[in-house]
Amino acid sequence: MDPINKSIVQSALNGFLNRDVYLHLETTNGAYAVHRKESNMTVGAYIRNGRICFGRGIITGDGPYRVGLKIELGWVYAEGLTDFETDQEGRLLLAGHDQDGRLAVALELSLSPFEL
Amino acid sequence: MKQHVLVVFPHPDDETFGCGGTIAQFTKSGVPVTYVCGTMGQMGRNMGRPFFANRESLPSIREAELEKACQAIGIQHLIKLGLRDKTIEFEDPEQLTDRIEQILKEVRPSLVITHYPGHAVHPDHNALGEVTIRAVSRLSVQERPIVYAHAFARDCQDMLGAPDIINDISAVSEMKLAAIRSHRSQSQVILPRLGNGQFKNPSSKNSYSHMLERESFWTYRFS
Repeated sequence: MDPINKSIVQSALNGFLNRDVYLHLETTNGAYAVHRKESNMTVGAYIRNGRICFGRGIITGDGPYRVGLKIELGWVYAEGLTDFETDQEGRLLLAGHDQDGRLAVALELSLSPFEL
Repeated sequence: MKQHVLVVFPHPDDETFGCGGTIAQFTKSGVPVTYVCGTMGQMGRNMGRPFFANRESLPSIREAELEKACQAIGIQHLIKLGLRDKTIEFEDPEQLTDRIEQILKEVRPSLVITHYPGHAVHPDHNALGEVTIRAVSRLSVQERPIVYAHAFARDCQDMLGAPDIINDISAVSEMKLAAIRSHRSQSQVILPRLGNGQFKNPSSKNSYSHMLERESFWTYRFS
């Protein structure tokens, strides 16, 4: 992955407009957050292969970045995004990494389902 | 009974961090070790430092790391259950128990090493430990292998008492360290602490020294 280039990511988002798209969306602070420090909460959520269709998709911010996808009945949102990759299968991978390179948030789009 | 160790953990690297030294001791003395690995750790957040993996490439990277780590500590037989990281507790426990029971009947281990259910922090650890204990308890008392349960929750000593098995692994620490290094995407974050001596300095707050010196287990008591 490379540091986010807004214009490349924006044009990649445009390529998914008004199509059936598979979504991977997650955020995590690690399964050991409480174990490492009791005052922490272990929080995380992920959806893998949610199928969505969005008519508007924007990347914004000055880094870390935010992405909002407007779907028929609501929104998909992620913040803290730092890095991106468009892979050989035409998928758009976005992730936010902390200073140790650990993934804290990810938003990925694909025209075919992600592997399980 | 012929000696054979069956290790059951959910993630690539659980075998190394938790009991790599103990496994190395067995394989070094000629006892075969089979590892049943539940998932490919698909949802891990460590991506290497600097990161070289991403969410989609991580599973195959970890699979390769696991095979290298198995070589480092002498595991010759690896069974991958093909489950998904973070989801084990939501699977049908009966089906998983059947699966482990079938493996127990094929491998006929003299010793099983798994996580101590309820005392192993990660929900996948607790869930797979639970079904493994359940599968072992289905066997008759004569057939039943010894179970070493691995626990590391903050309060595990308060809850379980002191561990009854404390293995000095210092003689095989290099093998364990090689396995830790093999799990590159997962261990790079902690490896720098090796360089500035924290592995060797037990007074350091973030010390990992114990990891290369001893491994502890509770022998599971079936009621």
